[in-house]
Amino acid sequence: MSSPAGMLTGDRVYRIHWLPGTDILRGVCHCGAQRVAEEPVELWEWLLAHPQGHQAPAAPPPSADAPTRLAVPA
Amino acid sequence: MTFARDQWYVAAYGSEVGRELLARTVLGEPLVLYRTGAGEAVALADRCVHRRYPLSESRLDGDTIVCGYHGFTYDQTGSCVFVPGQQRIPRTARVAAYPVVEQDSFVWVWIGDRDRADPAAIPRAPWLTDPRYAVVRGMAPLNARYGLLVDNLMDLSHETYLHGGYIGTPEVANTPITTEVDDERGIVYVSRHMDDAECPPFYARSTGIQGRITRWQDIEYHPPCLYLLHSRIAPQGVYPPAQGEDDQAFHAEIVYAITPSTEHTTYDFWAVARDFAIDDESVSEYLYQSNHTVVMQDVTALDILEQVIASEPEKYQELSINIDTGGLAARRLLARMVGAGTVEATR
Repeated sequence: MSSPAGMLTGDRVYRIHWLPGTDILRGVCHCGAQRVAEEPVELWEWLLAHPQGHQAPAAPPPSADAPTRLAVPA
Repeated sequence: MTFARDQWYVAAYGSEVGRELLARTVLGEPLVLYRTGAGEAVALADRCVHRRYPLSESRLDGDTIVCGYHGFTYDQTGSCVFVPGQQRIPRTARVAAYPVVEQDSFVWVWIGDRDRADPAAIPRAPWLTDPRYAVVRGMAPLNARYGLLVDNLMDLSHETYLHGGYIGTPEVANTPITTEVDDERGIVYVSRHMDDAECPPFYARSTGIQGRITRWQDIEYHPPCLYLLHSRIAPQGVYPPAQGEDDQAFHAEIVYAITPSTEHTTYDFWAVARDFAIDDESVSEYLYQSNHTVVMQDVTALDILEQVIASEPEKYQELSINIDTGGLAARRLLARMVGAGTVEATR
């Protein structure tokens, strides 16, 4: 089955993909945040709560030589 | 009533509006429609200011309506230009005139604050007047609230069960969908792309395809009124080329205008525009009969559902699953529009 990536191109588009071969839905916010769920009501509530509870996909973990302490402005 | 005001709605096909007076009720507001001698479509409130007699039960005299009860006469702006037996026409003797736009074979009317009516905001269905397409169409009055028709059209998995033997096959209900909402433009888009599907009679007989098909259904709903289903049918495995015309496929643009009439009734305008066999009258006749049958299957089911829901408490219990993702999005946009209209109306 071909799964259309998305037809709407606006700046505030919310998407829910039903993952082929599963019962799982994946919600994708225009801000980049994603979440999976097993039913659409909960997923719409989370999507439409943007920006509450939305974080962009996790950044890669810091490398070993990265500073372990955040710099604090003087 | 839970209607979205300050919106455009389809009140009629242009072909229905002529020199006979046509009565339609939109969002609970009775309208009378007619066409002037110069060809302009007019929509006025369908109640004489005098004793509320329906102007649609009256007669045209040139471009004016003469009330069939006492002769109050209105021009196309709704102004009263004659009252019986006296010279003075009361200052308040006028009926509301509704903004009207004729576009894509529809007569759109604006229900709400007329200063906010923007014709550019009317969504388009250009296939209905495109000479490269052949169109069959109709209108079915529904004894059900408009939200039930929106639910119905946003979830096409019901085709498998309600419309088997016409447009439904097992793959429709079994194929996952992608749902998108453009929050700024207020559009819901639902894609169901079936790579390898049985060809239902509706398309087998009209396209001549024998064997299995690649079938795409792409819904584009512009709430509150216009629903588009872009239907692509091709022999199994045939996809649009990277460049150029998609001329190995058959395309049907299925258009619905969903117009609330009263709280419990709806006008279901439907049309099927196709880019194949456009000169073949037998295909037109077949598609008209088939789609009419499908629409009436929906009408029967939704009329039953209305009776059930109307007898239940306001917040009846439902259960939504994956197939309802698009319908839930449509409900939300409609609720937002209803809320906005309510706020405006109380100012």
